[in-house]
Amino acid sequence: MADQAIPRRGFLKGAGVAGAGAAAALTGGAAQAQTPAPAVTAAAKQVAPNEPLLALTAAEAAFFTAAFDTLIPADKLSPSGSECGLVTFMDRQLAGAWGNGARLYRAGPFMPGKPEQGYQLPLTPREFFAAGIKAANAYARKTFGKDFDRLSPTDREAAMKAMESGQAQFPDFASKMFFEALYASAMEGFFADPIHGGNRDKASWRMIGYPGLPATYARTAEQYRGKKLNIEPQSIADFI
Amino acid sequence: MAKVMKSVDVVIVGLGWSGSIMARELTKAGLNVVALERGAERTPAEDFVFPYIRDELKVRVRNGLMLDTATETLTMRNAPGDTALPMRRWDVFSLGDNVGGAGSHWNGITWRFTPSEFVLRSHLRERYGRDAIPAELQLQDWGVTYDDLEPHYDRFEKLCGTSGKAGNLKGRIVEGGNPFEGPRSDEYPNKPLIMSQAGLMLTKAARELGLHPFPTPASNSSAPYTNPEGCAIGQCQYCGHCEYFGCEANAKASPNICLHPVLFRDPKFELRTLSYVKSLNYDAQSRRVRGVVYIDRRTGEEVEQPAEMVVLCAYPFNNVLLMRLAGIGKPYDPATGEGVIGKNYCYQTNSAVGVFVDEEINPFIGTGVSPAVVDDFQGDNFDHGPLGFFGGGYISPTVSGGRPIQVRATPPGTPRWGAAWKEATAQWYNHWFPLSIHGTSYAHRNNYLDLDPTYRDAIGRPLVRMTFNYPENDRKMSVFLTNKANDIAKAMNARFTTPAPRTSNFGAANGQASHHTGGVIMGTDPKTSALNRYLQSWDCDNLFVMGGAAFPQNAGHNPTGTIAALAYWSAKAITEQYIKAPGRLVHG
Repeated sequence: MADQAIPRRGFLKGAGVAGAGAAAALTGGAAQAQTPAPAVTAAAKQVAPNEPLLALTAAEAAFFTAAFDTLIPADKLSPSGSECGLVTFMDRQLAGAWGNGARLYRAGPFMPGKPEQGYQLPLTPREFFAAGIKAANAYARKTFGKDFDRLSPTDREAAMKAMESGQAQFPDFASKMFFEALYASAMEGFFADPIHGGNRDKASWRMIGYPGLPATYARTAEQYRGKKLNIEPQSIADFI
Repeated sequence: MAKVMKSVDVVIVGLGWSGSIMARELTKAGLNVVALERGAERTPAEDFVFPYIRDELKVRVRNGLMLDTATETLTMRNAPGDTALPMRRWDVFSLGDNVGGAGSHWNGITWRFTPSEFVLRSHLRERYGRDAIPAELQLQDWGVTYDDLEPHYDRFEKLCGTSGKAGNLKGRIVEGGNPFEGPRSDEYPNKPLIMSQAGLMLTKAARELGLHPFPTPASNSSAPYTNPEGCAIGQCQYCGHCEYFGCEANAKASPNICLHPVLFRDPKFELRTLSYVKSLNYDAQSRRVRGVVYIDRRTGEEVEQPAEMVVLCAYPFNNVLLMRLAGIGKPYDPATGEGVIGKNYCYQTNSAVGVFVDEEINPFIGTGVSPAVVDDFQGDNFDHGPLGFFGGGYISPTVSGGRPIQVRATPPGTPRWGAAWKEATAQWYNHWFPLSIHGTSYAHRNNYLDLDPTYRDAIGRPLVRMTFNYPENDRKMSVFLTNKANDIAKAMNARFTTPAPRTSNFGAANGQASHHTGGVIMGTDPKTSALNRYLQSWDCDNLFVMGGAAFPQNAGHNPTGTIAALAYWSAKAITEQYIKAPGRLVHG
């Protein structure tokens, strides 16, 4: 559907990919109207830049934005996944060693195997996500008439559930497998140290009360025991 | 043509706990020792540095300190008739790498096995009858007893500055310790770690149920400590970055801090890193290895290192691989039950109950070692008469860091994503912990290691093929233990509990520990074991094989304490007997 890709590039150029602006532009405002106003912290609001892309295509960035905002919607607990920087996180991960198959045994022959035998595809994560996004968009077009990122929030949720359950038909591998990889990446980006590009302003750590670093409790472990702590979370970046 | 080096007294393959202990003991006895380590140098001062070591994504999720599967991995299948496929990435477990091996990224849990585990076959037959052991199980005695190993356990605990509380001092049961442990010659060198909220809850609930909770022995030092080697160990900071991580406080014992400072100063010791041992030069006629061939990973060059004696201290899989490639010992055949190399591969039968509570747990304040545990349902600490299975495990809350990519839970029925998931995650992150069961893995005729016919490693050798599934016996054990843990969880007044016994197949997303044992097992008979009671090969007089590979079956306690005690035990036999009269220490 080349005719859809061209205007999307235009949107992206003007709006930036990973920030709140991109989410609004790509969803035509519909998602914004239906979700409650996010309690975006001051720092997260400032970070809505035109993040340069290292690996992702515009269509992939748009997919990740929509997918991460479906999995992690903005609400009073945190900004949305993309507002927290998850597209930047994913872009860096897929551009780097992990994305390109480092620490992955890639010798053949390749056979599907049994579920107990785990990941058996020849694809690197970069290649896997590229193929998965194409398949997810094809499924979305066939079922809902548009690419995933252009669906209404309700249809996005329905498409996501169809992939989660495996009901969505993908040509090369199970849609559930794609969902699980997407889900794992969303959780990694949302909860990892912010130095990796996601979890901006430690939004997820604030949400759950994880203090991050420095975590030296030898003198306070007894004093803190059983008590709710209100510690300002600290990232690796706060110590360099 | 391989470059040939000058012969040395001893070559040690792999410098983790076993290799480091062996190197230290043999150099002290006057031998020249060369250690060949596949991996790179690793020093806490360079590699375990704050703040960068505290990166959950890089170090834990992406297995930053672990072996690269592209270099070396395994193939896996559940049963002998299946086609094994490679573990292309570490999902179910991961293997260590570099100097210090798994000893640098372990949790620090430091158990002694229960005395009956070392004589398991004899013990069960005596207690439950000659035909009591289920036909599917291939249980054996070790050839070594708890009493043999006791002084060596004691040495290892003092080397590590282990924190704990004795429960049996020279046969006297001591209140507050583990009443089921074998007699100890001495107290732990350090007091127990500070009890966490979950530890207090376990202790109270277990006592109400008539059980015997105590502080888990931890090589995460509760106070600054200097070990008998003169090496300094720091105080644990309860930072929650133990397993998979290196310790920046130098509080978690490792070969790197407990032995290397003295070992590396000894002129009789030489370490060669990035030296990947490819094969052993074995002469079946003389029953001796002449040395090893390794690849210098800096240049790719093959190097032959002759030696008077070789000690395999690599991971169990590599020890099996080297034995098989050299043709030492008869390969195990599950069809006949004959042969020894690859036999009795065992894992760990773990499960958990998720516990949702009102109390503030603060899971980020913790060590790799749960501060409280019950051992009442371990091994044969309870009567198995009517139960229909053997074995057991310990039950303890796993509160070891609350690192949020991986350690979160929501109550049953919560969606996995979206607004409701976020709300439940925020609500329960600080009010949940897993009550874990760490269980025995008993040897099954069909569970073994051999060479894969198809897949190869980075230097062209066959990958080791793992054939493994949880035996029926172990699944029944897991159900029983998980129910016991659920009873404890309910006694904590939990809001919800989520018991998850180990009832499905072993698989890539279905394991919970990197504890692998067997394959080159010790025993009393060369027909049924590869090593004698001193861990000397029955078939090759100047070859000793250390590590979990030597366990005839795996106990429900973590293996490191026993791996280290066996290394000290074997080193004693080498220095006191073998050096004086090189040859067979036991005649089979």
